[in-house]
Amino acid sequence: MADNFFPKSVQQFDQLYNKIEKKSYTDQKIQEIKNIAWDYFLSTGLPLHRRGNEEWKYTNLNPISEINFNLNQSNSDIKEINKLIPISSDWQNIIFIDGKISNQNFISNKEIIISKIDSINLPDEFATLAKPDSSPFTALNTAFFSEGILIEIPDNVIVQKDLNITFVNSNFSKNLITFPRVFLKCGENSELKLIENYINLSNSVNLTLPVLEIVQSKNSRIEHFRVQIENPYSFNIASTRILQKSNSNFFSTSFSTGAKIGRNDIHVLFDAPEAECGLYGLYISNGDQQQDSEISTTHSKPNCTSKQYYKGILSGNSKAVFSGKILVDKDAQQSDADQKDLNLLLSRNSEVYTKPSLEIYADDVTCAHGATAGNIDMDTLFYLQSRGLDLETAKVILIKGFAEEMINRFKPKDLRNYISNFIDDLIPVLRDQSDTIGTF
Amino acid sequence: MLEIKNLHSSVTDDSNIKILNGVNLSISPGEVHVIMGPNGSGKSTLANLLMGRPDYEITEGEIKFDNKLINELPTDKRSHLGMFLAFQYPVEVPGVRPWQFLKASLDSKYEALDQEKISVREFNKIFEKNVEEVGIKSDLIKRSLNEGFSGGEKKRNEILQLKILKPKLAIMDETDSGLDIDALKVVSEGINSMRSEERSFLIVTHYQRLLNYVKPDFVHVLIGGEIVKSGRSELALEIENSGYKSYIT
Ligand SMILES: Nc1ncnc2c1ncn2[C@@H]1O[C@H](COP(=O)(O)OP(=O)(O)OP(=O)(O)O)[C@@H](O)[C@H]1O
Ligand SMILES: [Mg+2]
Repeated sequence: MADNFFPKSVQQFDQLYNKIEKKSYTDQKIQEIKNIAWDYFLSTGLPLHRRGNEEWKYTNLNPISEINFNLNQSNSDIKEINKLIPISSDWQNIIFIDGKISNQNFISNKEIIISKIDSINLPDEFATLAKPDSSPFTALNTAFFSEGILIEIPDNVIVQKDLNITFVNSNFSKNLITFPRVFLKCGENSELKLIENYINLSNSVNLTLPVLEIVQSKNSRIEHFRVQIENPYSFNIASTRILQKSNSNFFSTSFSTGAKIGRNDIHVLFDAPEAECGLYGLYISNGDQQQDSEISTTHSKPNCTSKQYYKGILSGNSKAVFSGKILVDKDAQQSDADQKDLNLLLSRNSEVYTKPSLEIYADDVTCAHGATAGNIDMDTLFYLQSRGLDLETAKVILIKGFAEEMINRFKPKDLRNYISNFIDDLIPVLRDQSDTIGTF
Repeated sequence: MLEIKNLHSSVTDDSNIKILNGVNLSISPGEVHVIMGPNGSGKSTLANLLMGRPDYEITEGEIKFDNKLINELPTDKRSHLGMFLAFQYPVEVPGVRPWQFLKASLDSKYEALDQEKISVREFNKIFEKNVEEVGIKSDLIKRSLNEGFSGGEKKRNEILQLKILKPKLAIMDETDSGLDIDALKVVSEGINSMRSEERSFLIVTHYQRLLNYVKPDFVHVLIGGEIVKSGRSELALEIENSGYKSYIT
């Protein structure tokens, strides 16, 4: 088929697809899934048309189609990179640099089994939560990923070391496109703290399209900490899919900043009763950045509890989208769902689009939601100033204070400190692009 | 110490509502002055204006502190000069811990005075001692400033700040309102323990009962943005008995 036969939204991906080594997957099953994904993508392309497309209404993806991305990158110096990313010897670290695993010697033991996705023991659930034909970006990830990670926690194991999977774009990466892919299955009564980081150290336009699938068996518990620190030219469009069995707990806290367009689409499905999830996040944007949070929870079984709580700080000309969906099926009686999105707008030109969407088909349900967008409060500023703090210091303290409760949710200490320091450095930038604080 | 002459003020917005209409008041070092007056008479406005709140503008008159004209001085600079306002409604500040806040506050003062900042260790001692004295639960004080504090706890927290910042002039806007007996004692003991020859107080209150604990040197009645009567502490009793009727013209 001639390249120019395809519309703009497909063309460059078709060229890239022809470049990848076919049959690199001996596993027939994976190749079949990839074929489904590719056929699907060919039929949809990128969602460039926003009219009538509720999911992408506020997000202009045209810039993505105007850049020619590469699949490969020459190697860079891991030691240098380790100094710049959040990393700790208290964690088990798996570091991807420019799409390639940098340390092959990750430890598998009876606590945790880690392997590459091309292994023969592909779990049945693989690509069933993030279906290859569920969205254009999931399809691209599925069609293109080459070094995915499979993690399995056996039954009754409480994993002692936090697992950190970090995807770095090095300063060598140039117009690089990567497809991080992770599949995690937690056995019954197991527990894990999972860190998932995306750090961009380059000044180039990169495209990162991650897919993370998590299957939680009965009575398991996962605490998930996710960081996206992008550069202002890059795109990071992620899908996170969680399936929870009975009595399982999933708690996720994210910090997202820096991207030209950053988006995390996270969906939790309660597939059995008595499960609980808490989705928390902090997004900060400035300049011409945009950060989308596409958050959804499906209560398909009774007696589950879900919470969505996000906070945003926007300055400059930046935008944010918070789309929080709660779906309660008719059998999901005694569901308890709570949603909150609070925004601090530091500039007149920053905008947040908050779209709560509640679809409730059961009658015995507790559901609450709320959203706010406001400026820094004058009374609070005056209170701080009356105690001797100058206006600039007071602003910094109040912006940090707004973020603090989310920062504190990051339990791994080295990660929390990294984020806290990062935000300390970012606040003066936000303040300098601000025109609504200290005014009426 | 504080010299207010013919002070007129209005709200800094399109409404231009006039609130103070020629206030005169002079406070010498070591004195305790009390301001009473009906709701809406301008007490908080005066207190806030003295501290430089930007919602109000001075249309006429002057404020001098230690012989320095401060009409235009920014709020933080007034604090550095030694002025302090205990708020009628202390503000909740999410994510900012009282410890951190007060340390930053003291630091700013020492910096402005070109003095050496106090060490974390020394500050810890002062902080803990005072937290105990004002009776704020130690788990509460570890949380965000005033967030989830009860009305009484907020007022205790204002006293805590007063005790740590040690201003020359403390303006107390209804710090005694909404307090139970124990908290009222803490507040009045806080004020009494801070009384000294160099430190003055301007206390806004509705209740004579505070004055059973804190003996004022002067009592002023503020009505319609003007001080209509000044006297000694008996004036407070008189008001308690017969209200403001006789002062309203
Ligand atoms: N920022 C403002 N904008 C508009 N009106 C104001 C503003 N601040 C105060 N006022 C008005 O000025 C008047 C005096 O208010 P102020 O708060 O000083 O009264 P107060 O004497 O402290 O009353 P209270 O005893 O109820 O605390 C009131 O009528 C009030 O509504
Ligand atoms: Mg008042």
